[in-house]
Amino acid sequence: MLGFLQRPVVVTADINLNVVALTAVGLLSRLWQLAYPRAVVFDEVYYGQYISFYMKRIFFLDGSGPPFGHMLLALGGYLGGFDGNFLWNRIGAEYSTNVPVWSLRLLPALAGALSVPMAYQIVWELGFSHCAAVGAALLILIENALITQSRLMLLESALIFFNLLAVLSYLKFSNSQKHGPFSPSWWFWLILTGVACACAVGIKYVGVFTYLLVLGVAAVHAWHLIGDQTLSNVRVLCHLLARAVALLVIPVLVYLLFFYVHLLLLCRSGPHDQIMSSAFQASLEGGLARITQGQPLEVAYGSQVTLKNAFGQPVPCWLHSHQSTYPVIYENGRGSSHQQQVTCYPFKDVNNWWIVKDPGRHQLVVNNPPRPVRHGDIVQLAHGMTTRLLNTHDVAAPLSPHSQEVSCYIDYNVSMPAQNLWRLDIVNRESDTDVWKTIVSEVRFVHVNTSAVLKLSGAPLPDWGFRQLEVVGEQLSRGYHGSTVWSVEEHRYGRSQEQKERELELHSPTQTDVSRNLSFMARFSELQWRMLTVRSDDSEHKYSSTPLDWVMLDTNIAYWLHPRTSAQIHLLGNIVIWASASLATLVYALLFIWYLFRRRRRVCDLPEDCWLRWALAGALCAGGWAVNYVPFFMMEKTLFLYHYLPALTFQILLLPVVLEHVSDHLCRYGALAATPPWGYGSRGVLNGDSSVMQMGLGSQARLCRGSEDEANEGCRERKVADVHGRWGRPFGPGEHQEQREGQGNMGRDPEQPVVRGRTAWCMAEINQEAL
Amino acid sequence: MPPAVGGGLAGSELRPRRGRCGSQAARAVGPDVATEATTRSPKRPAPSSRRFEAPGRWALLALVTLMSFATRFHRLDQPPHICWDETHFGKMGSYYINRTFFFDVHPPLGKMLIGLAGHLTGYDGTFLFQKPGDEYEHHSYLGMRGFCAFLGALLIPFAYLTVLELSQSLPAALLTAALLTFDTGCLTLSQYILLDPILMFFIMAAMLSMVKYNSYANRPFSAPWWLWLSLTGVNLAGALGVKFVGLFIILQVGWNTVSDLWHLFGDLSLSMVTVGKHLTARILCLIVLPLALYTATYAVHFMVLNKSGPGDGFFSSAFQARLSGNNLHNASIPEHLAYGSVITVKSARMAVGYLHSHGHLYPEGIGARQQQVTTYLHKDYNNLWIIKKHNTNSDPLDPSLPVEFVKHGDVIRLEHKETSRNLHSHYHEAPLTRKHYQVTGYGINGTGDSNDFWRIEVVNRKFGNRIKVLRSRIRLIHLVTGCVLGSSGKVLPKWGWEQLEVTCTPYLKETLNSIWNVEDHINPKLPNISLDVLQPSFPEIMLEAHMVMIRGNNGLKPKDNEFTSKPWHWPINYQGLRFSGINDTDFRVYLLGNPVVWWLNLLSIALYLLSGSIFAVALQRGARLPAEVEGLSQVLLQGGGQLLLGWMMHYFPFFLMGRILYFHHYFPAMLFSSMLTGLLWDTLLRLCAWSLASFSLAGHVHTLGILSLLLGIAYSFYLFHPLAYGMVGPLAQDPRSPMAGLRWLESWDF
Repeated sequence: MLGFLQRPVVVTADINLNVVALTAVGLLSRLWQLAYPRAVVFDEVYYGQYISFYMKRIFFLDGSGPPFGHMLLALGGYLGGFDGNFLWNRIGAEYSTNVPVWSLRLLPALAGALSVPMAYQIVWELGFSHCAAVGAALLILIENALITQSRLMLLESALIFFNLLAVLSYLKFSNSQKHGPFSPSWWFWLILTGVACACAVGIKYVGVFTYLLVLGVAAVHAWHLIGDQTLSNVRVLCHLLARAVALLVIPVLVYLLFFYVHLLLLCRSGPHDQIMSSAFQASLEGGLARITQGQPLEVAYGSQVTLKNAFGQPVPCWLHSHQSTYPVIYENGRGSSHQQQVTCYPFKDVNNWWIVKDPGRHQLVVNNPPRPVRHGDIVQLAHGMTTRLLNTHDVAAPLSPHSQEVSCYIDYNVSMPAQNLWRLDIVNRESDTDVWKTIVSEVRFVHVNTSAVLKLSGAPLPDWGFRQLEVVGEQLSRGYHGSTVWSVEEHRYGRSQEQKERELELHSPTQTDVSRNLSFMARFSELQWRMLTVRSDDSEHKYSSTPLDWVMLDTNIAYWLHPRTSAQIHLLGNIVIWASASLATLVYALLFIWYLFRRRRRVCDLPEDCWLRWALAGALCAGGWAVNYVPFFMMEKTLFLYHYLPALTFQILLLPVVLEHVSDHLCRYGALAATPPWGYGSRGVLNGDSSVMQMGLGSQARLCRGSEDEANEGCRERKVADVHGRWGRPFGPGEHQEQREGQGNMGRDPEQPVVRGRTAWCMAEINQEAL
Repeated sequence: MPPAVGGGLAGSELRPRRGRCGSQAARAVGPDVATEATTRSPKRPAPSSRRFEAPGRWALLALVTLMSFATRFHRLDQPPHICWDETHFGKMGSYYINRTFFFDVHPPLGKMLIGLAGHLTGYDGTFLFQKPGDEYEHHSYLGMRGFCAFLGALLIPFAYLTVLELSQSLPAALLTAALLTFDTGCLTLSQYILLDPILMFFIMAAMLSMVKYNSYANRPFSAPWWLWLSLTGVNLAGALGVKFVGLFIILQVGWNTVSDLWHLFGDLSLSMVTVGKHLTARILCLIVLPLALYTATYAVHFMVLNKSGPGDGFFSSAFQARLSGNNLHNASIPEHLAYGSVITVKSARMAVGYLHSHGHLYPEGIGARQQQVTTYLHKDYNNLWIIKKHNTNSDPLDPSLPVEFVKHGDVIRLEHKETSRNLHSHYHEAPLTRKHYQVTGYGINGTGDSNDFWRIEVVNRKFGNRIKVLRSRIRLIHLVTGCVLGSSGKVLPKWGWEQLEVTCTPYLKETLNSIWNVEDHINPKLPNISLDVLQPSFPEIMLEAHMVMIRGNNGLKPKDNEFTSKPWHWPINYQGLRFSGINDTDFRVYLLGNPVVWWLNLLSIALYLLSGSIFAVALQRGARLPAEVEGLSQVLLQGGGQLLLGWMMHYFPFFLMGRILYFHHYFPAMLFSSMLTGLLWDTLLRLCAWSLASFSLAGHVHTLGILSLLLGIAYSFYLFHPLAYGMVGPLAQDPRSPMAGLRWLESWDF
């Protein structure tokens, strides 16, 4: 307990100066002259709006991605004291003085800068040399497309940062798996993997591909873990549970947290309210809440209501009627009932008011006490201003001839009886006796005579219908579709007996008090659903490109052009890096297939641990490239060059890996073909046989030896020794290494002849197997 | 006849293996031997019952086939009117009989077979197949329905044999056969003139032949091995030739083949030469043979359909020249464009039409008030344009001047022949596509300004720099603004006569919208050549047909505010399809799976995933299983795995499809799911019987379980059979209806 009195407190810091240096140059390259140009550059015009919304805490809806990315940018604005007052309307517009450009661009730049040392760490953790790691970091550092993208208020650099972080922390985790499972650092890296994945998905949906890749690699590792019979069942279960919690549960929670913060921040109503349901709108300050505050909750006979369609496509609108009638003959020669039009109207209007009427009574006022309307009740809907009743009949609708016309009934005495009874069907009811509630209930009106359902067809009527949207009765009673569902938005209990009075009452705003709170999960699921389904008009763009253009950098984007000096910013990659990275991917794929086929025939070109390293590097780097690239071929939205950058980053990581492999294994092998450098038995390793097999005796003596759990370490430590040797540290791990080497030599079975030829060994092994 | 076919297949192949499954055969036929057999592993032979099994198997297969044919052919003639998509596929069968060219989004094989069946059974192709509900009257439609029902009936023996091969267990196969025989959905879908029974036939046949050739793995290159391997290839070609979803079974066979080859490759006892032979055999039978057959179906298709018909407009002008009756057929026009030629210019995009202008101006407020330029789908004098040089106004048709051909890169002027105005563009926004520039007709009698100059570019320059009628794909680039003449495909309002908008787009990407070709060509100074020399070659026709089909498929998008079927509806049997009739007086047929079968299938998939993963983890943990359980787990993991893969392959891709989807798309997946159910329950019951072996009645668990499943399924079919065989009377919502108690889900509307 009092140990610190007996022994001195010693802090040993192990600082890798390379990482420090790389971070420094990374920061320099990304932060230098960050505030230049003081003008809106490319998509800043788009993300800037959302930053302003956050600053003003106004609700918005953006279908392009989850809110974490926008919130990160807004955090920069918050730190810089931005008040949100800037009109983001034009690329190239000069920023006014209240816009803290530097701090707005700071976070993406930091993310871009930190990607450089992370590239170093990843290649190092993959088990490749220090030299390769530095190479990867330098390539990331000087890739100008990445620099350009990092220095602006854009999301790609943060996405790349979290992608890399997820991969890096998974590698750290899986490397610490061998030393100390369930140690604090093991937990730390495991949980960080999950959090980083959630952050990547939270910035852009495409982050999900990296998440899936990490999950896939983790699943393969977990499967091997299950097969490890040295572990007890309970321990395996603990391992699996820990992974499931960290990689499945935590990301979901973190993702929900983003939305929680998002909704907490955006509490005021704004321009995108209309897309959301009435209940959601009522939960925002201002806007609809101001109107609906204090409305009676339960709809009763005699209630005056406005009915909003739940579908919101093509525009949100309210059930509407007006004095005009359907034309007797349409332009295409079909006839109509010539009754009063019923439409859906996208603006607030006094003609949107309807009165819920009991078919058995004549009065249009609410009794005292009010009689609430329940699921399954038969009602009539009277139009407030004309007191005509909502009606449908077997007449073809004006634009959708397969459906029935909906009208407000006018009795022309032409043997066309009124069919104005509707059965109320509450879609989201909890029991069959539920009361129809304002805002909360989603209802359908099923016509009693024809069992047609009141539906918004969405087609705009011609001039005679004032371009309002068509409403029809659809015979299909099946299934749930938003266009048949309506909800009460504004509501009050009607008090006026006389029509004149009533018109006055309809014109006056609603009053009295009930407040409504949606739960977070309800708001989250609605918001997420709307974000996924909101349609962006995929217009063509001058700089849009196809995925095929990206690999060979066949496209660019002009980000900014100074109006007078013609100073420009272009997004354009370094063609040398792009081409060589693509080439490296190709080489990797060919070599991988070659090795795989040869291994299948038990020809062992690579020692087992080197092969595993090579495969893991490929799974993460080449796999990372593929999962971030290939899905774009199936996407229908407008694509730009910057969509390729996450894939490119992984591809760049692969380049030094392939180079090192080629120089270590292929070139050397070619030079020493006369005396094969190493014969190595993978079989022994697979068997977990700790006695040593043949050892490499090439001039460079790359040692891979020992039992399975030692094999990886062996390579790594050897390399650590190399590094330290080169840097002139003749002690430390190096000594340890030699010791182990000695043990390895001692452990070798003296009976077994050392066969120095690869082929010879494999032949021997085959013979053995045949026996 | 049909049972004999099924029996023949089975008989020839099952004989060598009969020793293996004897116990099950005997048990399923006669329950008296069941007790003795339960403790036995499915792979262990039972020599004592060998004498009875061969006839027993034959009888069982014959019974299964008979049941299947009886259910499929029962009331085949009802209703005697067009049901649902018969209106399309029957019509297309007629087109083949009449040899009229048409367009469809599916490959031709299925419809050709329907046409052939109709032709052979005396249908003359005169029925119009206008709309569902039309009476067939005296027209012979039973042949076509019978053909589809025949193929649909064969599905069941195929499934039976597949499961038998995978599980080596007769009860499993029997259960599968019962599931499919008594499924109202499969039954309904097999009884009408549709592509689905044909498609499912080829899918199941491919699956069966694949499983069979796998079972000959120990006798490679023997005659039956070759037979089944090449049959697999033939059936793959058939599946792809009927619908493009045949691709999924190709993927499955491909996956099986690759893993098979990988296994052989890792077998060091085989020399590389042998592995090479294996590889070559598979390339020959599974790639070359299907491709050849698939191509052959198209060759037949184009040979048969040689008359102009409703499908002409979907194809390019060069293609249309092949069809007799089309105005391009046997026409002769000058080959290369020269100055002074009168031409029509057609957009390369499907269903856009010819560049057109007329004597009406753009209305006030929409760009400049100049003459409208549009595209128009029909032939018209207003589609004619004259090619002129940009810098002289002299008449190039003057006989004293030499003929000068238009070349790639020339700057030209296009003068509208009827109104003598030049094709013109300028920096005004286009009427509908606001980011593009407006295109107008401008100038008087051919005199305009520099905004009338266009540079003509040939995209495919393999015919040289000259511009060849029909074959050259050209772009017109506006000289002053640098934009490209294109059609947006949007319909103009009434002022533009609802023709399509033409714009000049500043985006220089090569898209079909901005590519045109020259169709009609009149130039008295040039010699005419026959269009035959311009006819596309067969590979070009194939390519074009596929492009048009793919575009057609992508064009089938659901509209807003429309009820559409979603893939997640399907396995839960959420909603059916009305084949015939709506009202209570109509003869109604409703395509809906037998809910007992479908929900059992759904449950089985969950159970399979559970039990499969338990076994897989146990094996991975190195657990030592008793020999019986070991054998069962192999059946479950390998046989069941193949079926599960089949189900996933035929189901999950639909989630990614943007086109409009229907309930019947699920049926190929449902076949696999039913086979999995059969295999799973048999295995689980065996496991149950094994684990209860200490109890005296344990032996009956398996028999009783299978029997009760069979009876339950048969009873549910008895309840739901009116869905398939047709019902008249009140709808099921009505409590008076006999089906009233059977409307288990609100969404079923029969």
